[in-house]
Amino acid sequence: MLASPLRMHIPDGFLTPAIAVIGWAIAVAIIVLALRQTRRQLDDRMVPMMGVLAAFIFAAQAINFPVAAGTSGHLIGASLAAIVMGPWAATLIMTAVLVVQGLLFQDGGLVVMGWNVVNMGVVAAFSGCLTYTLARRLAGESRVAILAASFAAGWISVVIASLAAAIELAASGTSPLTLAVAAMGSVHALIGIGEGIITAAAVGLLLVSRPELLKAGATAPGGRTATLVLVGLAVGLLVAAFSPLASPSPDGLEAVAESQNFLGLGQAAPYRILPDYTVPFIAHPALTTIAAVMLGTLVVFGGAVLVGRAATRRQASRG
Amino acid sequence: MGEAFLTMHHTIEVRRLSFAYPDGFQALRGVDLHVSPGEKVALVGPNGAGKSTLILHLNGILRGQGEVQVCGLPMEDENLGRIRASVGLVFQDPDDQLFSPSVREDVAFGPMYMGLTEDEVGRRVQRALTSVGMPESAARVPHHLSGGEKKRIAVATVLAMEPEILVLDEPTAGLDPRGRRGLIRLLAELPQTMLVSTHDLRMVQELFSRTVVLDQGQVVADGPTDGLMADAALLAAHGLEA
Amino acid sequence: MHFDLADQYRPRPSFVHHLDPRVKVVVALAFILAAGLMPIGAWGGYAALLILALGASLTSGLGPIFALRRSYVALPFALVALPLVFTVPGEVVYHTPLTGWTITAQGLERFLSLMLRSWIAIQAAILLTAVTPFPDVLWALGTLRFPRLLVATIGFMYRYFFVLADEATRMLRARAARSGEVGGRRKTPALWQARVAGHMVGSLFLRALERSERVHAAMLARGYNGQMPNLAQRAMRRMDWLVILAALLLLVGLLAWARPF
Repeated sequence: MLASPLRMHIPDGFLTPAIAVIGWAIAVAIIVLALRQTRRQLDDRMVPMMGVLAAFIFAAQAINFPVAAGTSGHLIGASLAAIVMGPWAATLIMTAVLVVQGLLFQDGGLVVMGWNVVNMGVVAAFSGCLTYTLARRLAGESRVAILAASFAAGWISVVIASLAAAIELAASGTSPLTLAVAAMGSVHALIGIGEGIITAAAVGLLLVSRPELLKAGATAPGGRTATLVLVGLAVGLLVAAFSPLASPSPDGLEAVAESQNFLGLGQAAPYRILPDYTVPFIAHPALTTIAAVMLGTLVVFGGAVLVGRAATRRQASRG
Repeated sequence: MGEAFLTMHHTIEVRRLSFAYPDGFQALRGVDLHVSPGEKVALVGPNGAGKSTLILHLNGILRGQGEVQVCGLPMEDENLGRIRASVGLVFQDPDDQLFSPSVREDVAFGPMYMGLTEDEVGRRVQRALTSVGMPESAARVPHHLSGGEKKRIAVATVLAMEPEILVLDEPTAGLDPRGRRGLIRLLAELPQTMLVSTHDLRMVQELFSRTVVLDQGQVVADGPTDGLMADAALLAAHGLEA
Repeated sequence: MHFDLADQYRPRPSFVHHLDPRVKVVVALAFILAAGLMPIGAWGGYAALLILALGASLTSGLGPIFALRRSYVALPFALVALPLVFTVPGEVVYHTPLTGWTITAQGLERFLSLMLRSWIAIQAAILLTAVTPFPDVLWALGTLRFPRLLVATIGFMYRYFFVLADEATRMLRARAARSGEVGGRRKTPALWQARVAGHMVGSLFLRALERSERVHAAMLARGYNGQMPNLAQRAMRRMDWLVILAALLLLVGLLAWARPF
């Protein structure tokens, strides 16, 4: 139980040092922003609250439920933290969790921690928060709408974070893009269901016990900056994912590499641009898998909005 | 319900139970305990004596060396489900046991897990809430209850499973005098075989005819409450104050 | 179940234990970076790094197999890299019987190199936490320009993790205690179980939040005003600088030696 049940913590050695450093740069930049935003939001409550909630996330990841045949599901928690505390605070909370997990339990590497923070802290928290906020705005104020939005936030945050991890692994030549995306995506599409349900149920309990915690906007300032960050990240990741596919052909890229004498250093270069594939049908499966995930995201989001809207309308007509 | 308690079924049998925590601390050293049907037994002793540890062995949450039999079932993996349906454990901190958005859902957890029908679950919830004197509370939010109310609902969550034996860990701890009085009255009325771990010796004298004294992982005294309470030397030796 | 975060630290009267925490953090990170920079198939380089790690383990009084015990953590992630065995082109070594996939020597080399480098890196992380108490690691990160607020937050997390993990454990036990079975029960659906887990998580969240409010009140009562006190100062001894220099030179030298091949 010491190791996190979530298989998204990338260990050291699975990403090239160059890519790892980029991850650190992004993580540091966002953490600095997050510190400033959270300070403004929470003032001197910040340190004890973030710290104890980070301890909560870590402890909550131990609460499981039986799924089938001996397997059990767990929570990651980034989306729950983001729904209640806002994306910036959630980023800090997840960072604290990841630092302790990496340092003390070797769950996730130290040099690659930048990307782990980006995936499970930034991407998960921001996509979860964005999903929740958008879904709520579209679906209304009813209890069902809030629960549906929470479910969508949980699912989407997990799936998108796993995709980000897959893309980083592919860019490092550790895993073929096709396989990484398909494997990570499908596994986490399932795990995401558990995350969605747990997140929704947790929010449900908070709604009856301390509803003021979920007042829209009470704890989530800096919305515009948040959206910018998320969009920027999404663009960056998509570029990274599609650039190998955007080249005219793998052969073309190899030719370029040869002419630049890359291949001579080839195996040892810390920044292999495109790992070799013997599988002939590279580009399309990766594209279709990513498209499938995007479609799934839209379906889940759309479904949540529709369900929530229907419930809100029913509530309004009754009341 | 009265008939059922005449069968020789619900007993606690503990023989030579020893248990050490992973960090090496030896919490129990060869404990022997026998509780007969219908008995109401108090378990007392200083902090760290092993009372909570012993209690956790009674429904298989902890497993040590020695023999533990509950309601005639030996403590083994395949019996855990039935044992947990027969022994109701009420823990010290009600916040650990109330985790649902409504009282009804919390009290219904046990029966629902056991796979009972909707109707039966509903009946049991109402019966359990009535037993603890809070029949109108099904719709309330556990987070908003007072300390005494939480303790009673915690008992209700266990009563809904209709166990043969009730084991409670420090039931009056943290209660104000009114809450304490309410809980004592409740315990006096419940018909189950009972084992209660407590520091509250005045309650022990009021409710329990037999007392077991645990200290440093061993049973140091086991007999009629009156006799033990009168033994000043014994009480002093084990950090007890009447 | 006791989650004991102090469990990772092994106090010993060794030379390594007495080094400044900053030295240990920097050297560990440099070591991990060096492992990542080692080329594919540089078996000599890997062996050299392992020997260094072993040396560190022995010098710290931890014994030769200490770090080995806990380094299996990366194992599940091996699956992520396994396709390399099939996809890297080169001389074919084996055909899988049913699917006809080809395993190449280069693929095997790539995969093994990756697993070895990851494993070597983990040794460093394990050793770091074994010879440095966690508060010292945090302090070192603070002096190395980690944001102080973040360091303080992590400190609080460390302080309260045990408390909250205990609460979670007791909630799990309470749920187990009410998970009884009566003959012929129908299975409870996973959806319901997930909801219950979600309720427990929400409950734990509330307790954590309210605890943090109490902690904050206690801090205010002791004069806290949101400013972090300055970090304790510690002077680096000559030995500390020597060790950093020696370690960095050694690592750079190893890399230079291993690279051309």
